[in-house]
Amino acid sequence: MYRTIQISGHTLAQGTFVRSLGDGRIEIDAGHARLSGRPIATRNTSETVNIQSAFRKTLTGGQLRGGLLAAVAVLGLTFSGSGPAAAQDGVEILNVSYDPTREFYREYNALFTAWWTAQGNAPVSIRQSHGGAGAQARAVIDGLEATVVTLALSADIDQIAERTGKIPADWQSRLEHNSSPYTSTIVFLVRDGNPKGIEDWDDLVTGDVQVITPNPKTSGGARWNFLAAWGYAKQKGLDPAEFVGDLYKNVPVLDTGARGSTTTFTQRGVGDVLLAWENEAFLALESLGEDAFDIVVPSVSILAEPPVTLVDGNITSDAQRAAAEAYLEHLYSAQAQALALKHFYRAWDTSAAAPEDVARFPEVNFVTVEDFGGWPEVQPKFFGDGGIFDQIYEE
Amino acid sequence: MSDNTLSRPVPVTTEPPVARAALIGLAILFVALFLFAPLVTVFAEALAEGWRGVRAALSLPDARAAIGMTLTIAAIAVPLNAVFGIAAAWAIAKFDFTGKAFLITLIDLPFSVSPVVAGLMLVLLFGANSTLGGWFIANDMPIVFAYPGILLATLFVTFPFVARELIPVMIEQGPAEEEAALTLGASGWRTFFTVTLPNIRWALLYGVLLCNARAMGEFGAVAVVSGKIRGETATMPTMVEMFYNEYLSVAAFSLAAVLAMLALLTLLLKSLLEWRHADLLAATRRH
Repeated sequence: MYRTIQISGHTLAQGTFVRSLGDGRIEIDAGHARLSGRPIATRNTSETVNIQSAFRKTLTGGQLRGGLLAAVAVLGLTFSGSGPAAAQDGVEILNVSYDPTREFYREYNALFTAWWTAQGNAPVSIRQSHGGAGAQARAVIDGLEATVVTLALSADIDQIAERTGKIPADWQSRLEHNSSPYTSTIVFLVRDGNPKGIEDWDDLVTGDVQVITPNPKTSGGARWNFLAAWGYAKQKGLDPAEFVGDLYKNVPVLDTGARGSTTTFTQRGVGDVLLAWENEAFLALESLGEDAFDIVVPSVSILAEPPVTLVDGNITSDAQRAAAEAYLEHLYSAQAQALALKHFYRAWDTSAAAPEDVARFPEVNFVTVEDFGGWPEVQPKFFGDGGIFDQIYEE
Repeated sequence: MSDNTLSRPVPVTTEPPVARAALIGLAILFVALFLFAPLVTVFAEALAEGWRGVRAALSLPDARAAIGMTLTIAAIAVPLNAVFGIAAAWAIAKFDFTGKAFLITLIDLPFSVSPVVAGLMLVLLFGANSTLGGWFIANDMPIVFAYPGILLATLFVTFPFVARELIPVMIEQGPAEEEAALTLGASGWRTFFTVTLPNIRWALLYGVLLCNARAMGEFGAVAVVSGKIRGETATMPTMVEMFYNEYLSVAAFSLAAVLAMLALLTLLLKSLLEWRHADLLAATRRH
C-alpha cells in the first residue's frame, strides 16, 4: 500500500508501506531509503490526531470551561490535517533564524531529516521561526525556546549568551570558520538599467538618491550595511561618521528586517537602491524577474559571517542535544554546502555544488569585522544605546 | 401669497443639482477607491494563477494550520468575552457601586492601548525574564511564544466589543423590568434568562459578531507574542505576512482572501439577521 508520512514538521515522504512501528509511526520504502514517520491522511487516523491536538491546545490554554471543549474539538475536526506536526514523543528542534534564510532552511531541513533518519536515528521534527536577527535574539531572551539559533551576526548570539547564560561565552569556537557555515556580503540592488547610475558607495550620498536599508537596531543585515559603508569611507580617507550620516539622510524608511526592506524596495517600489545581502539580492532577481533589477557590486564590501550555535540552556534531553548538534554539524557537509551555494550563499566547500552556483559570485574587495575590532567591540560602540548610529540618526 | 408657497411642495435640498451630483459622485468615488478596490485586488491577486493556485495554496500544511489556529482562537475568545461582556454590562447598567466609572474606563482600555503595546505587556509579564513567566516556563507551561499567549493577546484586544455594545442598550432599558420580575417572585437566574437576555439579544449578537471579526483579524498583539513558529504559533494574519515576505504572493493573498471572506460572511450574517428581524430590532435597539 502506498502511504504518505510526515518525517518532521513540514517534510513529507511517500513510499510503499513496510511495517508499523507500534507507536503510531510507520515505516515506508521510499525507493532510495527506508523512512519512518507518522502517516498522513486516511480520514480516521487524522481525525483522532486532531481531536487530541485540539484538546491538548485547549488544555494548555488553561482558559476553558465545560461545553466549549466540544466546540473546539469540532473545529479541530473540521480543519483536519491542520494540527502542528503531532510528534509529541519524538525529538523536536526549534531553529530560530534571521530573515533571508527561509528558502535555504526549508530545503536544508528536508535534507537533514532524510539524512538523519537514513543514519538509523529516530525521526526529528524541525520547526522554523524567521524574523529580523535582533528581534529574534530578543524573543529568545524573552523565552522563545530555541534549540539552535542561526542568526545574522555573532553580536546577537553574544546578547543571548550574556543575558540568559544559556549559551557559553566561547560558543563561536565550537564550530569551524567562526561557527559560520556560510558567508555572504553586501551588494546594491538597483532598478533595471541602473537609471541613477549607482556604481559605488559615494553615489549613495548624493541628494537625489533614495537608499533602502533596515534598522541596524533590529536587523543584522543592516549592521553589516552600516559597517561596509563605514569601511569604504575609511579606505577612501573620508570622515566615516559624516559619510554614513549623509547616507542615512537618504533613507526614507527603516524596516525592522532585511526581508521587509526587500519587499519595500521590490514590491512597493520605494527607493532607488537597496543595500542587500548578496543572497537576498540574487533571490529577488530569481523570484521577481531578471529584467526588473540589476546587482551592482561596490568597490569595497564586508565579509558577513552569519553564525550558528546550540542554545544549551534550552536542551531538554540527550536525544535532542545529539540531533541538534548533528543538525548544525551537517551544515558543513558537502551536500548542505552545495545547497547554501544554490541559495546564493558563499559557502566553504564547493565539491558537491553545481558549477554555475559557484561561478555566479563576483570578486569583492572585502573588509572584515575584525578590521573594526570584532563584534564585542563594534556592537556597543556603533549600535549600543547612544552609540554612533544613534548619534548619526538623531542629527 | 404665503398660502400658495406653503401648499407647493418645497424641496428639502436647496443646492443646485450640479453640486449635489458632484458630492454624491465624490462619495461614490471615495467608497470605490478606498473600500471596494482594495478588496477586489485581494481576490484578483489570489486568483492570479487560477483556482488551482488557490487550492494548492490553501492545502499547504502551514496555511491549514494557520486557519485552524485562527478559528480555534476565535472559538475560545469570543464565547469567553461574551460571558465577561454580559457580566460587566449587567453590573454597570443595573447596579450602582463605587468604582463604576473606573470599571468602564478599564473596559475601554484595550481600545485605547496600541495592540503592539498589549503584546509587549504580555511579553514583559510572562516572558522568561519575569518571575511569573520564569515560573511558568520552569513548569513547562510557556505562555508567550506559545498558544496561551496568542489566546491572551486576542482576549485582551477583543474584550471591549461585547460590553461596549451592551452597556448603552441596558442603561436605556433601565432596571424596571427586572425589578418587576423580582417582585413577582422570579429568581435571579430566571430574571436573567426570561427578561434581560431577550431584551439584549440583538445588541449581544452585534457585539459577538464584531468581537469575532476582530479576534480573527488581530495582527499587532498576536505578532509580538507569536514567536513566528511556522505551522504552530502562526495565525492567519501573521501567516499572510510570512507568505508575502517569502515571495509566495498567491499563497499570501489566498489566505488573505479567506480572511476577507470570513469577515464578509460575518457582515452578511449580521445584515441577514437585521433584515429578517427588522421589527424586533427596531423595538429593542434604537441606533
